[in-house]
Amino acid sequence: MIEAQGLTKDYGKKRAVDGLTFTVKPGVVTGFLGPNGSGKSTTMRLILELDAPSAGDVTVNGRHYRDHPAPLHEVGALLEARSVHTGRNAYNHLLALAQTHGISRKRVEELVDLVGLRDVAKKRAGQFSLGMGQRLGIAAALLGDPQTVMLDEPVNGLDPEGIHWIRHLLKDLASEGRTVFVSSHLMSEMALTADHLIVVGRGRLIADTTTQEFLEQASGNVVRVRTPQADALRGHLVTPDVTVVAVEPGLLEVHGLTAQQIGETAARHSIVLHELTPQQVSLEEAFMDLTRDDIEFKAGTIDEAA
Amino acid sequence: MSAATHATHLSPVPRGRVTQARVVLSEWTKLRSVRSTFYSLGTAVAATIGIAALACAIAAHHYAQMSPRDRADFHPLEVNLAGVQLAQLAIGVLGVLVITAEYSTGMIRASFTAVPKRLPVLWAKAIIYALTLLGLMIPSALLAFLVGQSLLSRHHINIAFSHAGVARAVVGAGLYLTVVGLFGLGLGAIVRNTAGGIASFAAIMFVLPPLMNILPTSWNNAASPYLPLAAGESILSITGGNHLSPWAGFALFCGYAAASLAVAAVLLVRRDT
Repeated sequence: MIEAQGLTKDYGKKRAVDGLTFTVKPGVVTGFLGPNGSGKSTTMRLILELDAPSAGDVTVNGRHYRDHPAPLHEVGALLEARSVHTGRNAYNHLLALAQTHGISRKRVEELVDLVGLRDVAKKRAGQFSLGMGQRLGIAAALLGDPQTVMLDEPVNGLDPEGIHWIRHLLKDLASEGRTVFVSSHLMSEMALTADHLIVVGRGRLIADTTTQEFLEQASGNVVRVRTPQADALRGHLVTPDVTVVAVEPGLLEVHGLTAQQIGETAARHSIVLHELTPQQVSLEEAFMDLTRDDIEFKAGTIDEAA
Repeated sequence: MSAATHATHLSPVPRGRVTQARVVLSEWTKLRSVRSTFYSLGTAVAATIGIAALACAIAAHHYAQMSPRDRADFHPLEVNLAGVQLAQLAIGVLGVLVITAEYSTGMIRASFTAVPKRLPVLWAKAIIYALTLLGLMIPSALLAFLVGQSLLSRHHINIAFSHAGVARAVVGAGLYLTVVGLFGLGLGAIVRNTAGGIASFAAIMFVLPPLMNILPTSWNNAASPYLPLAAGESILSITGGNHLSPWAGFALFCGYAAASLAVAAVLLVRRDT
């Protein structure tokens, strides 16, 4: 359980995190979504008290992170920036962290195996690929068998097999009743793993909702209807709140009604339907709609540039 | 079955807590698992013994041709401790690196995530580095003395360990080098940057003393013995010179190192990582 209250962080004149209030609950995977530079990594550093907030407060499992007598058993974290001495091998890196909590060498060995680094455990971390570095970071996060797992962009640099592995790992951890908090700027990734979404842009909270609701809201009830009686159906559907667009002969796009409402109207008037499909916009599109005004670095179009 | 499904079926993890002793053990693992430790300490040991042997061999070889004036200036212990000059540089630099390498690689974030109270990390680094230096440099200084004096004894220009002040100076070389390491650690923890940390260490230790020459001689003579290098080296001095008394000087040098660690501790808790 992570609870943030009005969390704010200024770096000089720049406000990186702006009054974030949210709760990350156990038992589900919560996605932390936002464009690059929207304050996700800063928020995670504030949770771990690596940085001190300018205002507001955040606790993990009911306490400030610093006040836990055994923090690695409470929270396992993978930060976006690498947090490994490049000259030390993977095994000794994990061992040094484990020893601060009296965690056994056996547990270190098991985690080396779990994340698939057995063959390179005695290699210096500076020689690791991005993907191997991520696996090492994940091993460090799981060392203390933590109640809360917090991962910043965990799929970065992983190959398809690694990405698949991470998705299952996150779901397993959540199904064991743990709090799982994962950031990403990739909507498609979150659509596959996250049950709940906390969306930020320019440090502010944009949405705090289930992934399902987020998609439904964003798609705004667009339904595709194929019928040989298009004109008749259209007459029965149109009201000031509903627009119907004829995409091509026999194909309508209805905005403002659910598929159920359209189907029932059609049945009442004995209109034959060949297709009735709610259109879901992709999470990607939904996210872009929501954060359009909050992206820090926008790519200009060619027209604008000219 | 994917590897991930094993996540919970690992051996159970007993709920420990962070203690200072555990953090010390962790810092020992860190210190012994990077190459810079071996390069720096290897240099320090080799310099302490090797340069001592070389200096004594040269002195022994040339003693017969020395002018009476040179013979009067010659001190069998001074040549024997010549290696300390290089050893102190290697040890000071490693002291800086012990903490700044964590900042440059990002390891500090992992360290402070495991030990968010932070201060135990600084104390553990100081304890483990000091113990390592004591365990390595006192025996090195003693060995250097044995080797050096046996070379000088062929010309009967050696000095006995029982001679007044000799034991203090030889063991003191090991003590001095230990505190040099702690001073480097403190400066590194304040500056948090390898280049900046080494520059500050070298400036305070080696650039400040000759810079004192811009002062009027009387001021220079009054102030110079209180600079870190001079204060620290007074424990090695057997001839006196412009030095504080051996233990007073060494105590002052310990004070400099303690002050650097105290400032580092205050900053460590306050600053963002």
